[in-house]
Amino acid sequence: MNDATGMPQSAVVIGGTSEIAGALLQALVRRRLRRVVLAGRDEQALAKVAAHLQAAGAEQATVMAFDVTEVAGHAAFAGEAARALGQVDMVLVAAGILGEQSESETDPEAAARVLTTNQTGPAAAMVAFAAELRRQGHGRIVVLSSVAGIRVRQANFVYGASKAGLDGFAQGLSDSLAGSGVSVTIVRPGFVRTRMTAGMDPAPLATTAEAVAADIVRALERGSPVVWSPPAMRWIFAVLRVLPRSLWRRLPG
Amino acid sequence: MSPTAERRLLTGWGRTAPSAAQLVRPSSPAQLDALVHGATRPLVARGLGRSYGDAAQAAGGTVIDVTGMSSVLGFNSTTGVLRVQGGASLDSVMRMLVPRGWFVPVTPGTRFVTLGGAIASDIHGKNHHVDGSFCSHVESLVLATPIGRVEVSPTNDPELFWATAGGMGLTGVVLEATLRMIPVETSWMLVDTERAADLDDCLDRMQKRDGEYRYSVAWVDCLARGRNLGRAVITRANHARIPDLSAAGHSAPERASSDRAASDRAATRIASRHLGRAGFDPLAFDPRVALNVPFVAPPGLLNTLSLSAFNEAWYRKAPRQVSTRPEPMASFFHPLDGVGAWNRLYGPRGFLQYQLVVPFGAEDTIRAVIEQLAGRRVASFLAVLKSFGPGNPGPLSFPIAGWTLALDLPAGQAGLSEVLDDLDEQVAEAGGRVYLAKDSRLRPELLASMYPRLDEWRAVRRRVDPDGLIASDLGRRLSLCEDPTGARTGDSATHGSQKREGHLGRLEPAR
Repeated sequence: MNDATGMPQSAVVIGGTSEIAGALLQALVRRRLRRVVLAGRDEQALAKVAAHLQAAGAEQATVMAFDVTEVAGHAAFAGEAARALGQVDMVLVAAGILGEQSESETDPEAAARVLTTNQTGPAAAMVAFAAELRRQGHGRIVVLSSVAGIRVRQANFVYGASKAGLDGFAQGLSDSLAGSGVSVTIVRPGFVRTRMTAGMDPAPLATTAEAVAADIVRALERGSPVVWSPPAMRWIFAVLRVLPRSLWRRLPG
Repeated sequence: MSPTAERRLLTGWGRTAPSAAQLVRPSSPAQLDALVHGATRPLVARGLGRSYGDAAQAAGGTVIDVTGMSSVLGFNSTTGVLRVQGGASLDSVMRMLVPRGWFVPVTPGTRFVTLGGAIASDIHGKNHHVDGSFCSHVESLVLATPIGRVEVSPTNDPELFWATAGGMGLTGVVLEATLRMIPVETSWMLVDTERAADLDDCLDRMQKRDGEYRYSVAWVDCLARGRNLGRAVITRANHARIPDLSAAGHSAPERASSDRAASDRAATRIASRHLGRAGFDPLAFDPRVALNVPFVAPPGLLNTLSLSAFNEAWYRKAPRQVSTRPEPMASFFHPLDGVGAWNRLYGPRGFLQYQLVVPFGAEDTIRAVIEQLAGRRVASFLAVLKSFGPGNPGPLSFPIAGWTLALDLPAGQAGLSEVLDDLDEQVAEAGGRVYLAKDSRLRPELLASMYPRLDEWRAVRRRVDPDGLIASDLGRRLSLCEDPTGARTGDSATHGSQKREGHLGRLEPAR
């Protein structure tokens, strides 16, 4: 059960090898988190994450093979994960790929892969878990969006569009769950130094997975529906969102 | 006819951690029996929803609203023994019996609790140092359990009776209770109020003279620091007798000083305004809700700044020297009941109450708690400090001989959960515990060290609920009903047995 300070005791992670997910789980295990289901394609990498969590104090860290793009199996998977945990206090939706923008712009399959992995798959997974949590009468879905989806830039518009779609979907889902005991927390990090962004030039206000995790924990405590990380992104994007298009197009990066 | 069920989102009084369940309101014990007996999903009883945390919630299960069964079944005006249904409120009992010269043996800070809830939490009041907790005044109970209806008393089944006392509703639903009321001459209290400059002064004053009063409590300003740390207003009282309310106001006290005489004169004026009136009824009891908080306040209304100002005013308002005045029962016992839905003042994020007790001799822990909260500027409303007499045989009954401190804290403050986790460690270390009726965030690993007889309680509980059908969010969060192997949980009814891969065994509490 989530406690009065917003801390979960159990969690399902979709995209369990995500570095932000890993940092968040470590932070939550220091509080109340004891039982985790890690879902993803790379079972070996997930087993490592599981071992780390158990070393940090998790009582249960179960690895489940899961492909977020195979949406036909999502409902069954949600049920299986719920049975493994008893109560699902938190569903962390962290699956995502950056893709190669130049490839995505020219190869239809590459573009579709980014959109399916970042948007279609996670959205379908949220639908499946929302039904499970609704039945259960409580729980929280935490979804990793991105500032890239707040105003889509030409430099990474396929990735940005996928996150824009996911973010909008999560907002709508959040409203549809009002009064059910289930809530949605949308996380919008800026540039995070992880494997995903390795080799790229860090954008201004670049942050780390640990810092994003700390911002998420704080948002859980406060019950905030949206997390900007770092928090200044909220104000920066309040401006960028309304910037005239002629200027926006010419922004560097 | 079976009662209708409705899906509802429920929280405790602190308005944190909501969860949805089927809410059913049976109107007869037979309907209740059917619900409990034929249960297929986790269920728990709910009274007036005054537990601060998640004790009366059962996410995804059934919550039984017992307030439809609130009849008085019998009262013996010679012995003061009352037989009443579990859904009756202390408010209704007081309204019926105070005018006849009988008061409840124990009342918490609100009248709006049910008898069933009073038993499930084994509530205490300002008179614990004299009268003990609620269940010490209960002669027998009728419980609806998954194995059927049982009548329990401290003599016919002491184990089940005391497992129910403070058992947080997890041993069954209280259908009926028989308890002993206490006789009173008036509905007034003779209240002594005084200030204590700091914590030592407060503890000292309470230790020295609590014995002279049936009721005693101190309101501590947990935001005051430095030499004011733990400054407090102590209020202590006895039931006023008829001569206390004579035309002269009240009996002239022996410990007179000039300050004292002035405040006595003022008190007399106030009292005689009520008391001098023709047709004055010394047993009248009809408290009203003066105002209602109409909507949920904006977040952050109650913060360190506003609460400091309030606490300061409260302290300044209290007289420097002991001052005696008569006060109506309701304003002495239930000051906050005059404000409807006051929990909304804490805003949408809600609040939590942290209540701990440590044995006598562990005064340093009380000091450390106040110091750490004041030092880290955790916003808190006035804290309540009082001394407890000896505890009763209930394995989960909260009171033990010692000092108890209770604070209301806005939820969502940065770092709050870590501060409280630290305090829990210190409380457990000192041989103390936190109160489950108030809890909404305890680290489950500490439960067994705070309540060392937990396993004994679990064994008794299993006797009446072998399939683990009675379950609450509190019970699940703290693994209250689970034996250490985790074999049996309240969830088993819906989810089957838990798969536990990579189980590393239970964690030792970090030191």
